Formats: sequence, C-alpha cells, structure tokens
Amino acid sequence: MLNIKTIDDTTINERVYQLNLGPQHPSTHGVLHLLLKLDGEVVVAAEPIVGYSHRGHEKMAENRIWEQFLPNTSRIDYLSGLIYNQGYCMALEKLCGIEVPERAEYIRVITSELNRISSHLLGIMAFVMDIGAFTPFLYGFDDREHVLDLLERVTGSRLTYCYNRFGGVRNDIDQEFCDGTRRFIDRLRGRFKDYHNLITENIIFIKRTREVGIITEETALEFGVTGPSLRGSGVNYDVRKNEPYSVYPEFDFEIPVRKEGDVMARYQVRMAEMEQSMNIIEQALDNLPQGPVRSHVPRFIDPPAGDIYFAFESARGAVGYYIVSDGTRIPYRIKVRTPSFSNLFVLTRILPGNFIADAIATLGSIDVVVPEIDR
Amino acid sequence: MNITQLPFIKEIYGFLGHDLVAAVIGILIILVFVPLNSAFLVWVERKVAGHIQLRPGPMEVGPHGILQTLIDAVKLMSKEMITPKLADKFLFWLAPIVIIIPAIVCFVVIPFSPLMQVREMNVGILLIFSFSSLTVLSILMAGWASNNKYALIGAVRAVAQNVAYEIPLLLSTMSIIIMTNSFKMSEITAAQSPVWFIVYQPVAAIIFFISTTAETNRAPFDLVEAESELVSGFHTEYTGMRFALFFLAEYTNMFIAASMGAVLFFGGWHGPFFPGLIWFVVKVYALIFVIIWVRWTFPRLRFDQLMNFAWKVMIPVALLNLMITAIVLKAL
Repeated sequence: MLNIKTIDDTTINERVYQLNLGPQHPSTHGVLHLLLKLDGEVVVAAEPIVGYSHRGHEKMAENRIWEQFLPNTSRIDYLSGLIYNQGYCMALEKLCGIEVPERAEYIRVITSELNRISSHLLGIMAFVMDIGAFTPFLYGFDDREHVLDLLERVTGSRLTYCYNRFGGVRNDIDQEFCDGTRRFIDRLRGRFKDYHNLITENIIFIKRTREVGIITEETALEFGVTGPSLRGSGVNYDVRKNEPYSVYPEFDFEIPVRKEGDVMARYQVRMAEMEQSMNIIEQALDNLPQGPVRSHVPRFIDPPAGDIYFAFESARGAVGYYIVSDGTRIPYRIKVRTPSFSNLFVLTRILPGNFIADAIATLGSIDVVVPEIDR
Repeated sequence: MNITQLPFIKEIYGFLGHDLVAAVIGILIILVFVPLNSAFLVWVERKVAGHIQLRPGPMEVGPHGILQTLIDAVKLMSKEMITPKLADKFLFWLAPIVIIIPAIVCFVVIPFSPLMQVREMNVGILLIFSFSSLTVLSILMAGWASNNKYALIGAVRAVAQNVAYEIPLLLSTMSIIIMTNSFKMSEITAAQSPVWFIVYQPVAAIIFFISTTAETNRAPFDLVEAESELVSGFHTEYTGMRFALFFLAEYTNMFIAASMGAVLFFGGWHGPFFPGLIWFVVKVYALIFVIIWVRWTFPRLRFDQLMNFAWKVMIPVALLNLMITAIVLKAL
C-alpha cells in the first residue's frame, strides 16, 4: 500500500497557501498542472494533476486495424517516437511469429538510439533551462538538429516518426546516412567537453543540483520509477540489459548507475547514457549486416487470439505494451504502460520540505513528457 | 513690484543662478537619452545573446535589426493596459512610475566628461545610492498590488535581496570614498588620473560588480523575475507600456550601475587620445557587455544560497577590505 500524503491532508491556514503551478507555466513542459501548498517558499504538499492532453490513444486503437495504430505509437511519447514504434512492431511480431531480417534489427537499434540521444539532449537542456541557464538549451538544440536531419533523411519525418513496419523497417539506410551518423558522433563527443565545462563543472549548477530532490532506492522502487531516474537512485535496471530484446545482447555497452539519487545523479546518468548510445550506434554501424530490411508480411495481418506483454526501454524508462487480440484485424485492447506517470508521482513524496526552486529543478530532472502520461 | 525681489524666489534664483538654462537643457537631454539608451541596450542584449547562442539575433527591422526595439516599443504603446480585477488599482498604476523616476534622477550626477555633468553635487554617490534604493519600493508595490502569488513571491524576494546586497555595495564603495575623501563623482574621477582604482582595490571592484548585478536583478541573481519558477515575477500582471516602463528601468539601472563602476574603478572619462565622453561611454558599455555575458552563461542561484552568499561571504569580505584600506591609509 502506497503511503502518499495527499494534498487534502494539509489545511490552508494563515501560513500555508495554495499555488497552481501550471497548466500554463514556463517550466511545466507542456500542460502539466502541479498543485502546490506552500509555506513561504517551502513546499508543504504537492500533487500533480494530469489529463490536460489526454487524447485516448488506447481507445483509438480499438477502432482501427493493427497497422493503423503505428502512427499513434510515436505520438504517445513524441520525444522517443521511434522507440515506441519499434516496441509496438516487436510486440506484434512476437504475437504473430513474424521473422525480422537482421539488417532491419540493426537499423531499428541505430535509429532508436539516435532517437534516445535526441530525447536526452532535449531533456537535459530543458532541465538546465529550468535552473536558469538559457544558453546550453540552444547548444543542445543545435546538436539535436543534426540528429533530426539524419532521421529525417531515413524516416521522412523529424518528430512523429512512422518508420518501423511489421517485419522490418520502411526504408533501407544508405552510405550517406552511415557517414553522417559517424560524423555526428564525433561532433557530439567533442561537444560533450563543452557541456561539461559549461554545465557539469559550473559551481552554481553543482550547488543547485547536489543533494536536491533525492529519490531513495526504496522510494523509487515503491513508486515504480524506471529509466534514468531509477538508475540515478542506484538501481541497475535497464530493460535493454535485464530483459534483452532485439539485437541488444550483441552489443557491448554499460548501464550507467549513480548512487546519490539527487538531481545531479539523474543528470549524470543521462549524459553517460548518451555516450553509451553512441557506442551502440558505432558498433551497429561497424557490424551492419547486408540483406533485406523487410520480410514478406501480408498487407493486413491477422494475429492469433491471445495476449502479450512486451517491455522495452524508452528514453524515460520501461514501457510496456499489453496487447489483447481476439483474432480479428482490429485490436481488442492495447494498454500502454508509460514510465513518466510513475516517475511523476514520486514528486508527491520528495517535494515536501523543499524550496519551490528545487521543486522546479526536480521536476526538470525527472524529464516527464506530459502527453505520454495522459496518452 | 518686482517678482524676483520676493524672498523665496530670490532664494531659488540664487540657487539655480545662470545654471538654470544648463539644467533645463541637461534634463531634456537625459529624458531623450534614457529611452533611446534603453532601446539600444535591449538590442545589444539580444544581439550578444544571439551570438553567444549561435544565432544571429534580431535581423529584420533596420540594418542588423537595430530598429527592432523601437518597433517593439511602438507595439507596446499600442497595447491595452490591463489591470487585474482584484488588483489594488492605485498602487498598480503608481508602481511603474515610481520605478522609472529614480532611474532618471540618478543621471543628473553622472559625469560623462569633465564638462558634461548636469549637476555637480558634493553628495553625488549618496544621491545615486539613495534613489536607486527606491527601486525596491516600486517592486514591492507592483508585487503587492498585482494580487498574484507569483508577483508577491517575486516582490518579497526582491526586498530581501536588495537589502542584503546594498550593504556590501556600500561597503565596497566606502573603501573608495575613504581613499578620495569625497562623495563627488568628478573628484573621484580626477583622483584616478595616473592609476585606476581597480589596481588599488581589486577586491572592492569584484564585490561592487557582484552586488550591482544583484541590485539590478540581473542573472544569475534574477530571482525576482526567475522565469522558470515565478513566470515573470513582480511584473507578471503588467502589460503594454506599464510593462515597458519596468523594462526601461531595468536597462537604465544597468547603465547607472555600469557608470558607477566606470567612475569608481575604471577612471571615468580618463584615457589617452580620445575625448573623455568617448572613453566614458566605451567603459560603460564594456561593463554592460560583461553583465550581459554573465547573464547568458550562468544558471540561477537558489534564494537561500543567494542570501547566504551575501551575508556570509560578501559582507565579511567587504568589511575586511574596508578595514585594510583604512589601516593602510592611516599608516601611509
């Protein structure tokens, strides 16, 4: 039983007042609504109010054929659309027993990891902007632009991708994409030095992030926190390693873990994860097999009746598709387990007792995508 | 009956004397200079920020966007001035006026060159300090009158911050004052003719720079309007020209702070080859450039860290510096 202190337990009196942080506020990353009770500048109780961008993706799935849900997947978490895309395809391939060519699996990993880099870049830079440094945000966007250009070249879109198909991917990658990706990785490695100079070693940044918004290991597990936020609290759990899928077991990469559990730890985990993603991409490009990128799959697939749960790691944590098929061309039910929902509600535990400025920093460090929470 | 023979008119006339014309002209120049200077500084800030951030900044209106802020000002003038329903209407109206007047008054004693100073006063420095302290009153008025929680938090922060940072600011200035034995801006400038005071007083210069950054509510001490926390702090509810007045005051205060810095530590209008006016303006804009540069480089401090820094670091160091200055001067 979760022991959550709700906002109603705290009464408003002469000292305590209520503040609606959002849904229109510069640092709530979209339409998040945080209901805060404050004593001066100290948070007494916090409650996230979600649902402002609920679009009913899960209900939409029940009104269309399996293939037509593909574009929806990248709109659940619009910052790691390709990863959601890949997960949905892999779930159905598992359910139907569709074989995927190895080249396609490699391409999926390359594009997904590029997507993870772009998502982390945006997440980190938006977080740094929440702390008050505006310039790194634009540096990060400058780098992210290169990823988006690369992905646009191969997928045709820049944000809401629909690239993976049942049994493979839509387009093959060409030599120019491979060279461009290598150039981008070299460039980003060089840029990391600047980021460490500008952000990581900045005394004000260290003061603002060390021992702020600490999520202990117990709290993280209690609330079901996943992704970089969990690994920042000292738990070594990444679906790519612990429940391997696709061709991830073939790559040599590490899962960065930090013990501190504070805002700085989550930032460092994300930075280290980008470096690991770059390693994965380089290995995948080196060992890229030849062959087709899409196996022969009928135009309309008819999965057998049954259900399947498929977990994978997005940029924000463990995602799960629970898919129920009744043997027709239309899904019976698709339930998406998204990480930001659990990650966000840990705020109810860790915000009380902190300053409002720390609350903003903590919210930024958890890196939520609001439409993913609401779905 | 001759009106000039009346005692009080005589007194006023004697006080102003033939300076009356000069004073009127000077005030007119200030009234023209303040908004133009602010418009220019906003453009400089956007341009510098742009180039720091790998983008060109405003480019559309005029060559390299130099007229952008004028167009923005025209837009702001044409906008409706909204007063929130539950606001304290009188204070809400008064706050932008209260913030701009001290900013203009401070210009009276700034020595742009040996000749260009509207009014020489033997308490010039004190006049600037006392008038620029009024800024915090206006911020508190605006925050309170808006009847908005973000505005009120911003205003309360402003009061605590300005009170805390005024002390090291005065202490660092005081070490210059006891070196020159004068509050006159022109005498302080004249005293630096061979060597600038920053050579004698580097610690005081650093303290002065940090404190003025905090006093003018610039990043990394911009907690008063911390965008990611308080939307835009005390002026959240202000629109149109009222908002523009706060903006105008911010950049004018920045100019005054930089001119103080130039006069106290960088020799004011002293410099070879060029006339004093050019040297003064170059020094002031160089200091402003540093303030802008700092803003676009550093993250924002947290409020308790800001206060701790003022009371536990800045004030002891400033006091120590003042004591050492006094001892050294006595010993010489």
